[in-house]
Amino acid sequence: MSEYTELFDASGLNCPLPILRSKKVLNTLSSGEVLYIIATDSGSVKDFDAFCNQTGHELLESNEADGKYHFYIKKV
Amino acid sequence: MSEKKLAIIATKGTLDWAYPPFILASTAAALGYETQIFFTFYGLQLLKKNLKLEVSPLGNPGMPMPMGMDKWFPVIGTAIPGMQSIMSMMMKQKMKSKGVASVEDLRSMCLEAEVKMVACQMTVDLFDMNSSEFIDGIDYAGATTFFEFAGESDVNLFI
Repeated sequence: MSEYTELFDASGLNCPLPILRSKKVLNTLSSGEVLYIIATDSGSVKDFDAFCNQTGHELLESNEADGKYHFYIKKV
Repeated sequence: MSEKKLAIIATKGTLDWAYPPFILASTAAALGYETQIFFTFYGLQLLKKNLKLEVSPLGNPGMPMPMGMDKWFPVIGTAIPGMQSIMSMMMKQKMKSKGVASVEDLRSMCLEAEVKMVACQMTVDLFDMNSSEFIDGIDYAGATTFFEFAGESDVNLFI
C-alpha cells in the first residue's frame, strides 16, 4: 500500500462512473497529490490507464488485491 | 496538448439509445475533450425535464430478454399492452443493480463537465414543443450553427 493524499472508493460503480467520479475528486486535489482509488469494475483497469495517458496524470500503481482493483494516480 | 473536440448528433429517444450519447460525452469530457451534443428529432426526448424513457421489445430482435425468452417468445407477444412498460422497468432495474448510472445522472454529469447541449430548433418547432419542457442550460440552434463546431471536431458521431 503506497502513500496517498485521498481515498476514493468506487466499489460497485460501473462504466463510466469510476472514471467520471474519480475525475471529480481529482479536481479537488493539488498538483503532486495522490488519489487512491478502489474499484470493482474490471473494465476500469484499462480505463484508468487510458485516462492517465490522455490527461497527463501519472498512474503510479495499478494492481489487483482481495478481488478489487487498486489505482494510485498522481495529479499532474 | 491542444484540446480535442467531440461532436455528437443524438437522434433517438428511447431508453436504450439514451445511454450512448451521454456516456460518450461525459467520458470524453472527463478526458479533456470539448464536447457538444446536438439533439434532433427523437433525441429531444433526452432533454426533457421529466424523463420518461422507454424501450420496446417489439421489432427489437437484438434486445436480450430475461429467462431466455428471446428464444421462444413470439414477436406478437411483445405487442401485448403493458409489455413495453414492463420491459422498460426491468431494464432500468437491471442498470441499477449493476451499478450503471441512470440517464438523469449521466445527463447531470455531462452538464457539470460543461458538455454543451444543443436542441435542434427546427425539431422543437416541428413537434410543437415548448422550451419549458426541457432542462435548463441548453442552447437552441440549427444544423448550420452546429456544423461550425462539428466541422472542426476530431470525432463526429451520429447516434
